[in-house]
Amino acid sequence: MAMTRIRITLEGVGALDEWRQAARGLIARAIPPEAVDWTSRRDATDLFADSKGLSGSAPLSTVQAATDAPRPQEAMPSFAVPRDFITLAEAVLCHSDPSRFDLLYRLLWRLRGQRDLLADVSDPEVARALALAKSVRRDAHKMTAFVRFKELAPDETGSDGNRRRFFAWFEPDHYIVARTAPFFERRFNDMDWIIATPKGTAAWNGERLSVTHDSHETVPRPNLTDDADGLWRTYFRNIFNPARLKVKAMQAEMPKKYWKNLPEAALIPELIAGAEARVREMAARAPTHPPAFHAGAGRKARENVVEGEAPPEGTIEALRSAAASCTRCPLHCNATQTVFGEGPDDAKVMVVGEQPGDQEDLAGRPFIGPAGRMFDKIAHEAGLARDVLYVTNAVKHFKYEPRGKRRLHKTPNAGEIRACRWWLTGEIAIVKPKLIVAMGATALTSVMNHTEKLADHRGRFTELGEGRTLYTTVHPSYLLRLPDEARRQEEIARFRADLAAVKEAQARL
Amino acid sequence: MKKSLNERLAILSDAAKYDASCASSGTAKRHAGGPNGAGGLGSTEGSGICHAYAPDGRCISLLKILMTNFCIFDCAYCINRSSSNVERARFSVEEVVWLTLEFYRRNYIEGLFLSSGIIRSSDYTMEEMVRIARELRTTHSFRGYIHLKTIPEASPALIEEAGLYADRLSINIELPTDTGIAAYAPEKRPSEIRRSMGNVRLLIEEAGEPTLKTKSRKRFAPAGQSTQMIVGADAADDGTILSTSARLYGSYGLRRVYYSAFSPIPDASRALPLVKPPLMREHRLYQADWLYRFYGFEMRELLERRPDGMLDLSLDPKLAWALAHRERFPVDVNTADKEMLLRVPGFGTKAVKSILSARRLRRLGLDDLARLHVSVKKVKSFIVAEGWTPHRLIDRPDLKSLFEPKPEQLSLL
Repeated sequence: MAMTRIRITLEGVGALDEWRQAARGLIARAIPPEAVDWTSRRDATDLFADSKGLSGSAPLSTVQAATDAPRPQEAMPSFAVPRDFITLAEAVLCHSDPSRFDLLYRLLWRLRGQRDLLADVSDPEVARALALAKSVRRDAHKMTAFVRFKELAPDETGSDGNRRRFFAWFEPDHYIVARTAPFFERRFNDMDWIIATPKGTAAWNGERLSVTHDSHETVPRPNLTDDADGLWRTYFRNIFNPARLKVKAMQAEMPKKYWKNLPEAALIPELIAGAEARVREMAARAPTHPPAFHAGAGRKARENVVEGEAPPEGTIEALRSAAASCTRCPLHCNATQTVFGEGPDDAKVMVVGEQPGDQEDLAGRPFIGPAGRMFDKIAHEAGLARDVLYVTNAVKHFKYEPRGKRRLHKTPNAGEIRACRWWLTGEIAIVKPKLIVAMGATALTSVMNHTEKLADHRGRFTELGEGRTLYTTVHPSYLLRLPDEARRQEEIARFRADLAAVKEAQARL
Repeated sequence: MKKSLNERLAILSDAAKYDASCASSGTAKRHAGGPNGAGGLGSTEGSGICHAYAPDGRCISLLKILMTNFCIFDCAYCINRSSSNVERARFSVEEVVWLTLEFYRRNYIEGLFLSSGIIRSSDYTMEEMVRIARELRTTHSFRGYIHLKTIPEASPALIEEAGLYADRLSINIELPTDTGIAAYAPEKRPSEIRRSMGNVRLLIEEAGEPTLKTKSRKRFAPAGQSTQMIVGADAADDGTILSTSARLYGSYGLRRVYYSAFSPIPDASRALPLVKPPLMREHRLYQADWLYRFYGFEMRELLERRPDGMLDLSLDPKLAWALAHRERFPVDVNTADKEMLLRVPGFGTKAVKSILSARRLRRLGLDDLARLHVSVKKVKSFIVAEGWTPHRLIDRPDLKSLFEPKPEQLSLL
């Protein structure tokens, strides 16, 4: 049986509704894509659109009027279309390709039986639709980029004489004016503007955004000049680096078809032509002597670094200030800053950790990250007040390994511990604590100046001489790392007991 | 005689062009119009817009200028160093504000990228720059993009204020090693640059925490921070540069590290090479940077078989890695995991996403891949697909030569 064909004529300027209505009518009657000829009044290629086409505004009656349409095989149940498809259709319909209506109808037809069709991105029809949508998105993006407003003289007759008025002429490939106009409204809200194109015109007057698809002949196209264009060309000329000429890269993103409406594009040929000579000239020019102000500049640069009064020798402040520029081991190159000890300089108890972590490294203060907070919490539970403790680390720069957006802690090696011991020894000599609490193996090694096993010292007091005692426990970060919750609670309790022992010893000092 | 605005614009944009960054993306969405608009001028829409391209292929998104090119520092690589005889100029705060707004109204730009030479002191300079950003935001309700370069040694209070107005803050590390900075930028202190980055990261994170009272977030540099390294001014190799990048990404949450091939400048310092900028090297570094951030590569993997610590200029680093690890190929596009698909030369992140989506519905052949905008010619030696097995192509000793560009006569500068 020869199939009778149905012709649907749409306005075809990028609107979803007219196509959706027509497609709904066709689907309801189960008319297959092969039986439909889609045309657009706007597509110049179709000469019959206006004379013979059926109106797109009444597609249902159009289809019903076509009495010789093929009879549906069975009644089509209505079906909901995935949101993805609507988004895709909105973009594809803006394309100027005459096959856009048909392509979308084919997809809609297939979607009835295959809801996840659009996920099949390598299907030829899906891929084609995606390509059309992509080219529409690109065209719309280029419109937001390459529209150039020129200022019009103020409108004396207008109700609001204070609003500035601008006009732009742009030539898009597709029917994207309606799609892009809201962008310009959001952005250029406090001025009046008109963007005229061969495919429609958008205008904003502070209250209403209007879009028409009148042919461009009806739009006045003033021949405008704008003084700002001269400054813009100056900028364009000078921001260009002649030593990096890459004409193809420029044209890939700013194709020549846009140039005629860009005030800066007229400069491109001369910039390209002169580039090599400019570079050669830079190279050939003899070195010059510094200008007169150079000597004074050096003095000002030195004064620019504000150094406070040097703290008196032998104080913790003097030691801190010296440690800030420590280069005794290579860790300083990778860390943000030296993280020195903190607390009363006559504290009876000094707590020594391993090294600053991520947070400590950024803020420049010890014991403020997760392990520091854990220490604070347990110390508080054990009755140990943080503000009477001097807290510091065996190694004063953060050692880590970058992993994507994070830093993984790395244990300092014996050389780094030895290099940094200089500062810990200095802190001990000035603060003169009676009790030193070493948390973790690194702290223990540094205080003892000898590699020691943590297990041999854990929970024990060791005499260090000079009336000084060492007490050893684990580092609180160990508690954070334990994966098993029961085990963790056990170890936290043990740590709390250790700190309670410290508290007891502190009371006797 | 005072130079005209046009003359000063010429000087101060010429002086700004060695900064590679021009991004206007990744900030909070906001706009003047619409139901939720606040009036005024300007919008940011998530992705940036390049409003023009210069013949150097670089995007022009922002009005990238210096407030002044007078500078008390004497950094050897810099066109504006105090010992250079380059012409000097200065904009007033009002002039920068005017230029930004008028350029913006004509849709030339997305916003302002303001940097400056250091005049009088770091704090004085930073204060003036902050004043420009404040004027734009508060007096003129400007909602476009603002990128402020922060001045080394400027006080933390000024940086904190800058972050309230700016979308992005940046401070240039300039060279990958502390010794390099000491040699070429003697007045800059690398530790202070790192400290400033650390401080900005903390401020950004703090602003990201909703406060207990309002549950709303404070705005602080919503487009994050970035930095730039100059490539080819000192002797640092690619391995050193890339490991510095990895450190900076990990430590300070940088959105981007920009690489800027050292380019001959007018009245150049005698300490520096006046050669063609190493553009291909710069390109390879960007590729490696991408592989690190989006493809799951470690920096050291990209350099492990490179005895001189330099990336291969003739091959992109992913292809170079694949040729050095032929035992990992061919990869079956219908079964391989995402991590391995990302390592196939010729598959980008979008293609991998499409493959993972499409192969749930059916087995993919080369035709399917072609429709996903994959260059079949480039990938086919490395993959197995429906109806396709590479004929031990991967074992060919001359495989590398199939991908190398044709030799060309190098042109002299």
